[in-house]
Amino acid sequence: MSAVISPIREPLVNGHKTYHQITEDICSPTEKAPGKSWIVAFILAVSCLGFGVACILWTIWQGIGTWDLNRTIGWGWDITNFVWWVGIGHAGTLISAILLLFRQKWRTGVNRAAEAMTIFAVICAALFPGIHMGRIWLAFFVFPYPNTRGPLWVNFNSPLLWDVFAISTYFTVSLLFWYTGLVPDFATVRDRARGFRKKFYNFLSFGWTGKAKHWQRWEALSLVLAGLATPLVLSVHTIVSFDFATSIIPGWHTTIFPPYFVAGAIFSGFAMVLTLMLITRKVLKLEDYITLAHIESMNKVILLTGTIVGVAYLTELFIAWYSGFVYEQFAFYNRATGIYWWSYFGMMSCNVLAPQFFWFKKLRRSIVFTFFMSIFINIGMWFERFVIIATTLARDYLPSAWSYYIPTWVEIGIFVGTLGIFFTFFLLFTRIAPVVAIAEVKSILKTAGDQYTGPEVYEAEKRKKQNEHAQ
Amino acid sequence: MSKHNEVLYGLYNDEEILLDAIRHANEKGLDISEVYTPFPVHGLDDCLGLSESRLHIAGFVYGILGTMTAFGVMTWVFTREWPIIFGGKPYFSAPAFIPITFELTVLFACVGMVITFYTICGMGPGITNPVLDDRITDDKFCIAFNVDGASSDTVNGLKSFFKESGAEEINSKTI
Repeated sequence: MSAVISPIREPLVNGHKTYHQITEDICSPTEKAPGKSWIVAFILAVSCLGFGVACILWTIWQGIGTWDLNRTIGWGWDITNFVWWVGIGHAGTLISAILLLFRQKWRTGVNRAAEAMTIFAVICAALFPGIHMGRIWLAFFVFPYPNTRGPLWVNFNSPLLWDVFAISTYFTVSLLFWYTGLVPDFATVRDRARGFRKKFYNFLSFGWTGKAKHWQRWEALSLVLAGLATPLVLSVHTIVSFDFATSIIPGWHTTIFPPYFVAGAIFSGFAMVLTLMLITRKVLKLEDYITLAHIESMNKVILLTGTIVGVAYLTELFIAWYSGFVYEQFAFYNRATGIYWWSYFGMMSCNVLAPQFFWFKKLRRSIVFTFFMSIFINIGMWFERFVIIATTLARDYLPSAWSYYIPTWVEIGIFVGTLGIFFTFFLLFTRIAPVVAIAEVKSILKTAGDQYTGPEVYEAEKRKKQNEHAQ
Repeated sequence: MSKHNEVLYGLYNDEEILLDAIRHANEKGLDISEVYTPFPVHGLDDCLGLSESRLHIAGFVYGILGTMTAFGVMTWVFTREWPIIFGGKPYFSAPAFIPITFELTVLFACVGMVITFYTICGMGPGITNPVLDDRITDDKFCIAFNVDGASSDTVNGLKSFFKESGAEEINSKTI
């Protein structure tokens, strides 16, 4: 059977791989002792994590007075970080779910790591509302359960409670989706392992054997989970945006928030995927699986979502002016020229101007440029949340309540700590699990591998046909 | 496992050869007991005559269960159990119930389906199922026949089938 070869589609698996070679390449990082760079990175990540934990314990011990939040600015770095981390999580589900529904083959190279990133990012995100409550030991109060306080129930009409449901559902579904995808690959590692590792991976692989019926169910399950995760991922950041949009603060109370937050989330998520994958593919030598074609595809998504975000910023400004509502107008005037003008400037330059460079194919395919750009976007999206939250709160209706806010070392420490949590988990993940979905890459090899597809193969096939015709 | 089965199996190098072999076996009227592959092979279900998975129906039922649970509990709490007025809105403020109803629909459907999947496949944490060959999860495609108490003629017939259809290796194992 010869597949239809497209002259446009670039191969997604390079290096003339065989099925066995794919197994070797992707399993080997889990089987070797870690390299020096991994150990250095791990020590660094764990130190950050340790510092973060210390700051969190200090916060819990002393109370959130250790943060410099005040009566006007009640949400500062904590909620900024929360929204930033949740947003980062969105790319993983987008790649694994939405691209599965669209039958995009390039998802197979990056979906595993992106989903792992989602889970770790949501863990970091969920931390912030938890400690922000002040009394973390009462955090279970947010769940509706029959209790002896009346029973007094939670407020089902509150977006903050919707958030509890959205984030916990999102975390659970992402975890199940990710793990179910991992099970066949754990079986592959198990069947290559000996001794203790065999037992370990035997436990993780749940007794997978690769029966035809099991694969059929596995595919059916993946498809339905993708179908459910797609509206879910859109709903999560929509609900996060409701936290702001249902309030009466000028600059927050806008109907544009849900789509604008979702686009921003995907934008920042892809930036983080690129930051991680550009390093991972280099260190683990996965350049044949995460190719320039993958990077270019992701850069195209960044360009699209970045432009949507840019249009949203401009729409907000226009509507603020057009509304004729003086408080709304002031909110945006204040964002651009007020005390926090520098964060607005950072947001605009990193999120609106920077991604426009990706109109150039050369830059989309430049690894160094993409890496720096992904860092810029990560920073820019953090600024966006800071602008929305702190800047808006600092200048509310009552001038006598106006104030300024600078984070304390504890708040900065907790943010550094979440970076530590994120990278510690990710580094462990690269040691334990296959970073690329082995079975899924094998299943696309014959339709997207370089020995079967791509412009060169297409030209060769065409010449062959012409020769046959001439004879 | 108390019951042991004698299994004769052949390993193939490519999914195309495997599919041809299965078609060949179907023509000969051989009763394939199981096929193992390292990745989902398209066209395999049709070849083997596997009926479509009904997992999505289960998912639908779980989803409806989630919808009813969420909407039912919120309605009950806010209209019967402890009615409170929030911002002058009616007790039964259905639009505000939608986000949580949606989330629980998705949650119930996903968790239910995943648990069902592992249960009907006989898989789960700590479960070990017999593996015919370690390379089946790597690059070998396997057709297995149950030859428990089969005559040597039948076994030889199956072996010649494997040879004809291009199997790389033919082995037997008791699982």
